[in-house]
Amino acid sequence: MTATQTLLTRTGARPRATTHGKDRPLSVVASTGIMIAFAIYFLVPLWWLIVASSKTRADLTSTPGLWFSPDEFALFDNLAALFAVNGGVFGTWAWNSLLYAGIGGALGTLIAVMMGYALAKYDFRGRNTLFSIVLGAILIPGTALALPLFLVFGALNLTDTFWSVFLPSLVSPFGVYLGRIYASASVPDELLEAARLDGASELRTFFTVSLRLLAPVLVTIFLFQFTQIWNNFFLPLVMLQDDTLYPLNLGLYTWNSQIYLAPELRLLVIVGSLVAIVPVVIAFLMLQRFWQTGLAAGSVK
Amino acid sequence: MTLTADGPTATPSQTRVHPPERRRVGHHIPSIIALTAPFMLLLIAFYLIPIGYALVQSFFKIARDSPYGEPREVFAGLEQYAIVVQSAAFWEGLSRVGILLVTMVPATIVLGLVFALLIDSTLVKGRKFFRLAFFAPYAVPGVIAAIMWGFFYAPTLSPLPGVAESMDLLGSRGIMFGLANIVVWTVAGFNMLIMYSALQAIPQELYEAARIDGAGHLRIALSVKVPLIMPSIIMTAVLSVIGTFQLFNEPQVLKTLSKAVGLDFTPNMLVYNTASIPNYNLAAAISVLLAVITAVLSFAFLRITQKRAFA
Repeated sequence: MTATQTLLTRTGARPRATTHGKDRPLSVVASTGIMIAFAIYFLVPLWWLIVASSKTRADLTSTPGLWFSPDEFALFDNLAALFAVNGGVFGTWAWNSLLYAGIGGALGTLIAVMMGYALAKYDFRGRNTLFSIVLGAILIPGTALALPLFLVFGALNLTDTFWSVFLPSLVSPFGVYLGRIYASASVPDELLEAARLDGASELRTFFTVSLRLLAPVLVTIFLFQFTQIWNNFFLPLVMLQDDTLYPLNLGLYTWNSQIYLAPELRLLVIVGSLVAIVPVVIAFLMLQRFWQTGLAAGSVK
Repeated sequence: MTLTADGPTATPSQTRVHPPERRRVGHHIPSIIALTAPFMLLLIAFYLIPIGYALVQSFFKIARDSPYGEPREVFAGLEQYAIVVQSAAFWEGLSRVGILLVTMVPATIVLGLVFALLIDSTLVKGRKFFRLAFFAPYAVPGVIAAIMWGFFYAPTLSPLPGVAESMDLLGSRGIMFGLANIVVWTVAGFNMLIMYSALQAIPQELYEAARIDGAGHLRIALSVKVPLIMPSIIMTAVLSVIGTFQLFNEPQVLKTLSKAVGLDFTPNMLVYNTASIPNYNLAAAISVLLAVITAVLSFAFLRITQKRAFA
């Protein structure tokens, strides 16, 4: 299976040449130039966010935008102000985002892997139909579902609740897809057979043996789903009125839409954005290896 | 790890107990149900039922017997769809995402491919740094990316006021580029990573032959690497097509900063604002029509490319 091959490659089985006698200096300079130019493009907005977060309101407009203020490093004052404003509503949003994305992502990952595992390891009637439904669902983006979900929750009088945002985000068809590919490549049938002969039930085997073999793909799916829920905006926007249920995204959006009327919010939006992305960026970069494993498993035939 | 230890001792009896494949599965039906039911129930509750309900809603309308009478839902057939099809706002929104589809989507794919090829080649030093730098923006939610770039675009707030002034990306002429830039900034690194992962799975020996024949980097990239990672390129293209049609977060944020972004700038913004009126039936009809157009286009695309992305 390609997925196994990919995993082998990921662990570094393929040696890479670092230098090349034939690299022409001109191509090296041109390529390096392109890469540096784009690195600046990708990093400048993030750099600005850090710099701006460390300034006082006065310095934000009076000092050069892309360098720190010579007078004052106000990052910690700004953070304190951010978490204090409006009775600490920002902290509530951050906590909500963690609940929606953290718990939702973890539960959704387990549910998706169970499904993917069943599709990979059991040959039952209707298996292909179920898999086709899953593939179809991958092509339906979250934004297309926001209004339909709002209509259903509205009919049941359940909008503006924690569950109206939490429950729909548990579904991850892409997770099922990855889980299936990975399970068929990395959980050997002989192992399941041996467990059966030992008298272990199928579910017990799944939870005690197979799940351990599936650990890498669990991390990948979790990362995918965590980001997806963390980025979710349309669904909470239509569902929620009560701002104590908002995720960070929605809270920052409501602040940002008032910055022309209430300029004091400007700095809070900047510092809040930094707080909202720093944990995700760090988690992303640290777990990047897992991303690639999953992406490769999903995209190489 | 008792299981693997018991494996060899169990082997002699295995031939005797081992039932044929089909029959064996029969015993597992309760387990299969237990493994699949949670996902399928959630999929039904939060995908299939909402889609079905929106479809049903799109065939109804609100009617009143008299101007101040009690509102009732009555069957309207295709009336809502007729309204959508005749609405200029719908087509204008669709043409805006159409323009992005033929400009921004190719840009994200070409950039992703160029980055992936350069990082996979030996031409550039510090490849790991570049990979991380290009991918980092993908971790930034679309809403926050739009907020951040919004600051850069607004001449009064921008850290580069001169540039913001001259480019005027929140004005009616610059806004499409401003919007496309935010999406490219977020997505290009993701596309790069998908394609780079695919490149890494190609065995090195495949290049050796080409190299011995004297092929340069560009030649190897175009005639060996690109064809081999075509499935990944197609996958990123399909995801980009869907994402573009469904564009909502970024323009919705820009709307609060720019007069050039109206309530119906993209089809999904039209859905949201129609639902806010509230006119749920009409919003449902727009939503359904948009989903159908998106699905038809992405299926057509997969057909043309022979479904090589999700084989």
